[in-house]
Amino acid sequence: MFGFSTDTLLDFAFTAFETIAILLAVVISAALLIWVERRLLGVWQDRYGPNRVGPFGILQVAADMIKIFFKEDWIPPFADKAVFVIAPAIIMFTTLMAFAVVPFTETIGVVDLNIGILFVLAMSSLGVYSVILAGWSSDNKYALLGGMRTAAQMISYEVFMGLSLLGVVLLAGSFDLRTIVESQAGMWNVIPQFPAFVIFFIAGIAEIHRAPFDLPEAEQELTAGYHTEYSGMKFGMFFVGEYLGIVLISCLTTVLFFGGWLGPILPGFVWFALKAGFFICFFVLLRAATVRPRYDQLMAFGWKILLPIALVNVAITGAVVVAMA
Amino acid sequence: MEIAFYLAAIVAVAATARVISCANAVHALLYLIVSLLSVAIVFYTLGAPFAAALEVIVYAGAIMVLFVFVIMMLNLNQETVARERSWLAPRVWIGPGVLGVVLLGVLAVALASGGSMGNVDSTPLMAERIGMTMFGPYVLIVELAAFVLLAALVVAAHLGRDDRDVAEEKRVAAARGRRHPGGEQ
Repeated sequence: MFGFSTDTLLDFAFTAFETIAILLAVVISAALLIWVERRLLGVWQDRYGPNRVGPFGILQVAADMIKIFFKEDWIPPFADKAVFVIAPAIIMFTTLMAFAVVPFTETIGVVDLNIGILFVLAMSSLGVYSVILAGWSSDNKYALLGGMRTAAQMISYEVFMGLSLLGVVLLAGSFDLRTIVESQAGMWNVIPQFPAFVIFFIAGIAEIHRAPFDLPEAEQELTAGYHTEYSGMKFGMFFVGEYLGIVLISCLTTVLFFGGWLGPILPGFVWFALKAGFFICFFVLLRAATVRPRYDQLMAFGWKILLPIALVNVAITGAVVVAMA
Repeated sequence: MEIAFYLAAIVAVAATARVISCANAVHALLYLIVSLLSVAIVFYTLGAPFAAALEVIVYAGAIMVLFVFVIMMLNLNQETVARERSWLAPRVWIGPGVLGVVLLGVLAVALASGGSMGNVDSTPLMAERIGMTMFGPYVLIVELAAFVLLAALVVAAHLGRDDRDVAEEKRVAAARGRRHPGGEQ
């Protein structure tokens, strides 16, 4: 039963190395986003942003990390302790797990699941618990309201995200993300599936509750929403979890609609990084340029506009695929 | 994969037992989520990855969220936990325990007699075949289920409608009309 050959061991070692490398790359780029976002916001608001620590202020990340590690990690006495501690870990876990199926280049990628997209959707739907449980276990009105808003927002937008991906799945004939990238060799999905791309991106913003859909943590109404009672590294995990979400949605948009690693001259990884980087910057621009909608506006927009468009898109794509076959 | 199957199955049984015996409703729900996730792994090891993914997305990721949502609003505290605990006295377990043992006995006999149920290593059942079966021979049942769901949705929308909103809108519209006498009436 345990008769491993040298090849299996080598394979195992290589996969382990690849997994750890991807994990580190993803977490480091998410941490760097703390600095990238503040500098970019500075550019768009006609000011400098953090530029003191290290070249261009890039060591600001290290300074922030050191600060957050040494802050007092306080659990309120009225909180449900076990749930309070688990909640921030869930968002980190589910987001990092979703990266497991993302194909970065022809060869790099942890695993090719034949249910790749469904796995991503499953992980993102489990991520809801992080925010809901954080809001509930804090035993604080603002936190609870934030948690409730998130529950409704994320469940709703998950529906549109799933529906928008159906068109892509129909065109590729597979849930496997690597097959989906390879199916875009002739034409990127963004052209035949433009409505799906817009819906996916909007739903992605709502799923990771970034501005302008950051109602669960709207500071004017809810203090800090679900993470009001969090401090120290537990708050840091929510913070980095949000940036991980940005990286994940950017990578998925690249894979699903913009041909992943495909591109002329430059090596695949460079193309992937360029495309994903573009969407990451777009996330920051959205935060700099948009205002937060009201809660009922957010829900009405989803169910009355996004849902019909997504359904029509699925119907038309299905008809075209059947007609071409 | 056999070891993964048994591990997941053990987790599922243990977590489900905690769902029943836990006095704190939210903790019980969290155990139920763990149970559903381990059932998803059981599906996966049985060669049904599509069913496994749907189990996580639909049950663990959407339906249970609504349960947590509702329980969150109930403002549970130490008092309710104590009351729940008093309801879970040992004598309450006798009836369900006997019924459960009977079911377990039936299952054990079925497995021991080598029925088709005990087969861990079956052929993979992929999304395409599930779709073919559902929308082929069983399409009528799918349509009927859709009717029932639609009816439920309409009823829920009707019950949840707030008549005050409509009255308020009319009042606001009337007030606007007065302010702009030249405007469209």
